[in-house]
Amino acid sequence: MDETQLRAMIGKVRAGRLSRRAFVRRMVGLGLTAPFAGLMLAQEGVAAEPAPFVYKPTKAGGGGTLRTLWWEAPTLLNPHFAVGTKDQDGSRIFYEPLAGWDPDGNLVPVLAAEIPDATKGTVSADGRSVTWKLKQGVKWHDGQPFTADDCVFNWQYAADPATAATSIGTYKDIKVEKVDDYTIKVLFPKPTPFWATAFVGAQFGQIIPKHLFEKYKGGNSRDAPGNLVPVGTGPYMFADFKPGDLVRGKRNPNYHMPNRPYFDLIDMKGGGEAVSAARAVLQTGEYDFAWNLQVEDEILKRLEQGGHGHILITPTGNIEHIELNQTDPSKTVDGQRSSIKTTHPFLTDPAVKEAFNLLVDRASVQQYIYGRTGVATANFINNPKRFRSPNTHYEFNVQKAIALLDKGGWKPGADGIREKNGVKLKVVFQTSVNAPRQKNQEIIKEACQKAGIAMELKAILASVFFSSDIGNPDTYRKFYTDLQMFTTVMGQPDPQEFMRQFLSTEVAQRENKWQGRNTTRWRNPEYDALFDAAENELDPVKRAGLFIKMNDMVVNDVVIIPEIYRPVVSGVGTGLNVWISGWDSNFWALQDWYRNA
Amino acid sequence: MFNYLVRRVLIALPSLLGISVILFTVLALAPGDPFSELANDPSIPPAVAAALRHKFGLDDPIYLRYFHWLVAMLHGDWGYSFASRVDVSTLIMQRLPTTLYVLGASQILALCVALPVGVYAGVRPYSLGDQIASTLALIGFSIPTFFTGLVLILIFSIWLDWLPFVYRTDISATGFAWYWAYIKEAIMPVAVLGLFQGAVWTRFVRASVLDVVRLDYVTTARAKGLAEHTVVLKHITRNALIPVVTLVALSMPIVFGGAVVTEQIFRVPGIGSLLISAILNNDTPVIMGVTFIFSCLVIVFNLVADLLYGWLDPRISYR
Repeated sequence: MDETQLRAMIGKVRAGRLSRRAFVRRMVGLGLTAPFAGLMLAQEGVAAEPAPFVYKPTKAGGGGTLRTLWWEAPTLLNPHFAVGTKDQDGSRIFYEPLAGWDPDGNLVPVLAAEIPDATKGTVSADGRSVTWKLKQGVKWHDGQPFTADDCVFNWQYAADPATAATSIGTYKDIKVEKVDDYTIKVLFPKPTPFWATAFVGAQFGQIIPKHLFEKYKGGNSRDAPGNLVPVGTGPYMFADFKPGDLVRGKRNPNYHMPNRPYFDLIDMKGGGEAVSAARAVLQTGEYDFAWNLQVEDEILKRLEQGGHGHILITPTGNIEHIELNQTDPSKTVDGQRSSIKTTHPFLTDPAVKEAFNLLVDRASVQQYIYGRTGVATANFINNPKRFRSPNTHYEFNVQKAIALLDKGGWKPGADGIREKNGVKLKVVFQTSVNAPRQKNQEIIKEACQKAGIAMELKAILASVFFSSDIGNPDTYRKFYTDLQMFTTVMGQPDPQEFMRQFLSTEVAQRENKWQGRNTTRWRNPEYDALFDAAENELDPVKRAGLFIKMNDMVVNDVVIIPEIYRPVVSGVGTGLNVWISGWDSNFWALQDWYRNA
Repeated sequence: MFNYLVRRVLIALPSLLGISVILFTVLALAPGDPFSELANDPSIPPAVAAALRHKFGLDDPIYLRYFHWLVAMLHGDWGYSFASRVDVSTLIMQRLPTTLYVLGASQILALCVALPVGVYAGVRPYSLGDQIASTLALIGFSIPTFFTGLVLILIFSIWLDWLPFVYRTDISATGFAWYWAYIKEAIMPVAVLGLFQGAVWTRFVRASVLDVVRLDYVTTARAKGLAEHTVVLKHITRNALIPVVTLVALSMPIVFGGAVVTEQIFRVPGIGSLLISAILNNDTPVIMGVTFIFSCLVIVFNLVADLLYGWLDPRISYR
């Protein structure tokens, strides 16, 4: 077995086509020890499979203070007003949804007695309704019982535009009916295969008490005392909140799950930046847990030598990818550049597109830039595994790219830059200002130069690049360059909303104030039809097949070049046991956190 | 005197108005908006962010938004934060105690360093002690605070493990332990800020003592046979301190405004870090509130400095 074969095999493990165990077995067959084979995978960035989580403490309380550190601080504690994960996480200490998402993208009941299921008839056959059975005997922190009325109220509260809830998108088109005190029915206007949005997960699912918010539905929502002093059902009760600085909870003695929670107090401190947050957990042990350590792996490794903690890597669907502009950014039509009335002079040429795909050295980007915190991939949808395409592969091969360009009629000019019919292969490649991204740009630029493509790099401040400011030409939505690179977040363990960004109807242009999500402006009726079918397909297996097909279309057509998928990196103090999911709040299973005795 | 005061206050009003116009315009023209995080989340429809923008009046033309803000402000309503939907005044009041504690302590430390060292160096210019003091002062204010902050963290938190480098406002200990925890966590930020400010002031004190020390009345005092410490304290320091008092008064707004960089490094939840996070979130009402207080303080303390000057030096009169 030579190196290429070995690398191919590691690639298979990474793509999920070969199990870790099978890999290790084969290596042992070759005379290696099992730990060495495991190490080999770890060095190549294939994380060990997390062991299933087991909660060991036999009684609630007694765990002291849990000190957690976020480098962004929660600014409000009403989950329906949450902007960003910091607010969702802060509220999730006190509030709970009916169900949460585990790391594999499966539902786990929290306030629900059980997960709705088609075989039990609680998910209707026509996909238009879902029946939730609520857990009985759950009490709000003030002693009031939690019932179906609370769920119905949350729907009314969020769906009212005057409330100005950020969760309105989830609740405005549905109807929620009370069947009895502990059963609700969620009705959808059309068949909905992905029904687990309302009342599920931290982002839109956290439930606030009717008896405290009833008077504050609509225009006066801002006046509710509960916005600052949450009364929920969660494992911790409110103790203190300073917006932008600190959230503190104390143990809920009447929590509805037995022997939980373990800690007596929880502190969530916010502010500062990621590197020093990592330091406070890994190197000095001042804190027990740090959120979202977007720090270069080399630094993390050095901090881990401090011996107070380690990093925890959790898979998500977030993908760092390169977009190829399908329209011409240099022409102005009807007062806008990159208009859909134009076609890009060369990025729609299969030879050029394919060449770019071959010139992106994903393995090096992973090895030298992201380390353990990024995984090279050929797919746009990477997680949950049931949606990951087995049909794609990636390759870095400059010679092959040169051959393709030669064959396509792109000949080097006097200056070494390839051209065809007077069009030169000169591209502008933009991304946000961020050290790993600039290194990444350099790696790609170097390969392109070797192949005779001139590349100009552009780095734009993140606050400008990601803003929705319609007056600014440098936003990723306007995409006034040939190539751009950024991470798209997949917020739910279902690719439906995620794959909407390639629909013809989503094209970002002046007419919709560039709010459309399709920034490459790729339009393909076949894709639109597939998406339409997936939106209405109730068979989960067939539906997953449709998404895989969509993934393969955008990958094979090189509309985008998937590069690295980025797991969530958390810092965990030695002895602390946490259960983190990439599909839900960091605190989705806070009640299960405990420290080794 | 009274007329002078009234005139100064009246002059201050248009300048405050001008400051607020400039601030508001610059903020409105700056890129980004408070809901960009929502806009970039694929699971939230773009209409949600658009509706919020509309509800918070962000779609109105700039002059209209400014006018709304001004009218509310004149009624004593500071508006509310887009990010936390909490009144701006509440947010600022929450941050004030920490800011006053940390920044106040650092200014006191700065004075305690600058006065003795500056006077000593000024009285014995070009002596070995003066050389050392001047060199240290030069180094002190040449090194930026973020660097000294990191060095202190490296030494006292990482190598020695003596001091925490994350500032916490909720300390659960009681009694003596509680006080000790508060003091311990403030040592590094106070030292960073205090020594920097102290280094700057030392140079001023020294220069100002140097000016006085050569004057005839000092020679006269010495010729009278007064003890050296009487000469230094009563004759030199007292007169040399007049310009220094002005300087200290003018730097008081900084105490309220917070020290943005240091607060960020040590996670001190002061007004400076409130301002920074508000700027990053494009949280206009909070930025306006904080910067407006800041400009008021600058104007007020300018006035205070001018008045103090007259009190210390009776030769100056107000008309």
